[in-house]
Amino acid sequence: MERWPRLRASIPASDAVRVSGVSLVGFVLLWQLASTLWVPSILFPTPLRTLLALVAMLREGVLPYDAGVSLSRIAIGFLIGTVVGVPLGLAMGLFRPVLVFFEPYVQFFRFVPPVAWIIPAILWFGIGETSKIFLIFYTTVFLVLLNTMVGVSAVPRNQIRSARCFGAGRWQLFLWVSLPATMPHVLTGMRIAMGNSFAAVVGAEFIAAQAGLGFLIIDSGTWLATDRMFAGMLTLGLLGIVADLLFRAIIARAAARYLMPS
Amino acid sequence: MTPTGEGRSIRFLGYAASVAVVLLLWQYLSSRAIIPLLFPSPLSTLRVGLGLAAKGQLQADLWASLARILAGFALGSALGVTGGILMGSFRPARLFFEPYLQLLRFLPALAWIPAVMLWLGTGERAKIALLAYTTVFIVALNTMVGVTRVPRNQVRAARSFGAMRGKIFFLVTIPATVGYMLAGMRLAMGNCFMTVVAAELVASDSGLGYLIFSSRQWMQTELAFVGIFVLGLLGLTADHVFQATSSWLLWRYDGASRGRPTQ
Amino acid sequence: MAYITFRGIDFRYGAQGPLIIRGFHLDLRRGEFFALVGPSGCGKTTILNVLAGFETPTAGEVLVDQQPVRGPQRDRIVIFQEPDSLYPWLTALENVQFPLRVLGVGRSERRARAEHALRLVGLQGHEGKHPAHLSGGMKQRVQLARALVLEAPVLLMDEPFGALDAQTRLILQEELTQIAVRTQRTILFITHDIHEAIFLADRIGVMTAGPESTIKKIVEVELPRPRARGSAAFGELYEETHQILSEEVRRVLRGEDSLL
Repeated sequence: MERWPRLRASIPASDAVRVSGVSLVGFVLLWQLASTLWVPSILFPTPLRTLLALVAMLREGVLPYDAGVSLSRIAIGFLIGTVVGVPLGLAMGLFRPVLVFFEPYVQFFRFVPPVAWIIPAILWFGIGETSKIFLIFYTTVFLVLLNTMVGVSAVPRNQIRSARCFGAGRWQLFLWVSLPATMPHVLTGMRIAMGNSFAAVVGAEFIAAQAGLGFLIIDSGTWLATDRMFAGMLTLGLLGIVADLLFRAIIARAAARYLMPS
Repeated sequence: MTPTGEGRSIRFLGYAASVAVVLLLWQYLSSRAIIPLLFPSPLSTLRVGLGLAAKGQLQADLWASLARILAGFALGSALGVTGGILMGSFRPARLFFEPYLQLLRFLPALAWIPAVMLWLGTGERAKIALLAYTTVFIVALNTMVGVTRVPRNQVRAARSFGAMRGKIFFLVTIPATVGYMLAGMRLAMGNCFMTVVAAELVASDSGLGYLIFSSRQWMQTELAFVGIFVLGLLGLTADHVFQATSSWLLWRYDGASRGRPTQ
Repeated sequence: MAYITFRGIDFRYGAQGPLIIRGFHLDLRRGEFFALVGPSGCGKTTILNVLAGFETPTAGEVLVDQQPVRGPQRDRIVIFQEPDSLYPWLTALENVQFPLRVLGVGRSERRARAEHALRLVGLQGHEGKHPAHLSGGMKQRVQLARALVLEAPVLLMDEPFGALDAQTRLILQEELTQIAVRTQRTILFITHDIHEAIFLADRIGVMTAGPESTIKKIVEVELPRPRARGSAAFGELYEETHQILSEEVRRVLRGEDSLL
């Protein structure tokens, strides 16, 4: 389950958000209009009120706290999910028995949205961190696994053949050819998983949480503090953008060579 | 690794064996479990599921979720395709709207649930609106990409045969874009499942999400498992429908192969 | 004694596939440049793959220096038509170093030998570039350098210049001739282009059209190198080879089976 199409083969910097100034201003204006004309202002805060709420929550420390809680849940779940997903994906791509064993579950449960598991998760792990981390783990592991699996089988045959000509043994083939060749797919999977993780954690925090951005949003909504609610949503969107940019930047630094097209 | 007839049946045997092993293990472990509430056995889940089906309850919930998805998805797709075509065909439209698409990518539809429920209540309207929102952006973006990627030479060929703008649009642009539209719709469908389940978990009195939620109320974890399982089946079926449609279109229009979603 | 021997090679894919190659016999001398031409689909690449050790023949055997071929080995390096065998995450230099790395050669020696090989193919100055930043012709040269760095006695080249523009092709043909003369490798070279074959090879083998193809005729090219493309002798050889080949090509176009 993936959020957005991969529009280009690699992840060039130009693929990042290109916002024209006019559009942004237009957006804010539209927002202002909508909030004053369409729905009563109490239910649809103006941009100004949202901004004020944002600042207030920052000063109160509420926003950094809740954002931090959500982010830490994402970070831990994402890490564990990657650590499990990559080796498993590699194993499934390389060894038939492993593939045949795990495939029914992978191909079935990838269609079950992570949020659906929140209820069993809080039953097993309580209402605290673990249940949310479990959900993020679930989100991440499938995407990373699937992408890795696809990546392994997409290594060009001639790359393998050449290496065999040069006398590469099984391990050398794996470490020096299959693994580097799969990296772009692994990184794509991780990037998509990161994006989906934000949605998953927010969903989980709507339903069963006492802290986190999702909790902040729904709690504010319950008290009709819509300006705070919108501020929370805005923060969520911004965090998503920042996380994505950060991810790309890290990759560009550390792993640029693995993203080269052939 | 092309599946021969023989190879395929071995594969299926392998799947069956794997599933059988896991089911048996599950059954064994849950019979030894500390609290049956925590982890009901497959048999127990099956029993509850069949019971629900017998009462017609399961079908009702399934249909509730499905109906919402279909309505929201249809609405969102219609808007998305229209918007995407406009953006792909007219530069000003694209320049104006594309940033919104790129920005709103990062605000998941889920995040709007509390807001939309404040505005539209907790009934069908709210859910359908959410689903339409979920769908429209992905479909629009994909459609737009499709329109901009119509092979230039196809358009040129049509022009040299004397086709005017309108004809080119319907006979060249649309067929070439259909693959991309489908790709976007397939992705959007997956997200719709996520949104509808979340919305039903937050506030609903029907649907598969509600079914899962009710497991807490009734202290019957089987209900959650049944809901999850049916959800998976539904998602699988939907995806297969899309794949089949894409293959058929691929066969018909040939250029549609470029509109394949990447995972 | 022949250096490379194909003896009674039959080939089909899988147990039920049609017989693509039937009764293929060929002897190659050490240090010979042998071009294999034939109509599309006649199985030239299959023969190369069998010699490389990527495919096992259904019947018959292949010997290199009296030893039967049992899978890919360092004495026979393949150069593919598509340069997708180059590793995109490695620079040109690192790509050429790769076989030495597999062998366990030390870093400084690796580097020196790789740099030398790249100089040999005229790519000095481009060592630090990744394949993505190299032109088609340059990528093929990197493949060549990579094959040469191991000093493998046998080079298997599968239409290596087929995807390049005509000018680059001519230049690379000249360079390949020089390298072949200098390094005395045994080369099996597959091509569609008769001009190319006559320019490069000592002997040309024309294959029959498939299925069940085999060698139809071997043409000796006894012109001294470097060869003048416009010479009368060149032209005669072209006519002769073209005659033989076009019979087969016509057979394919008419949809007939090979007579053998």
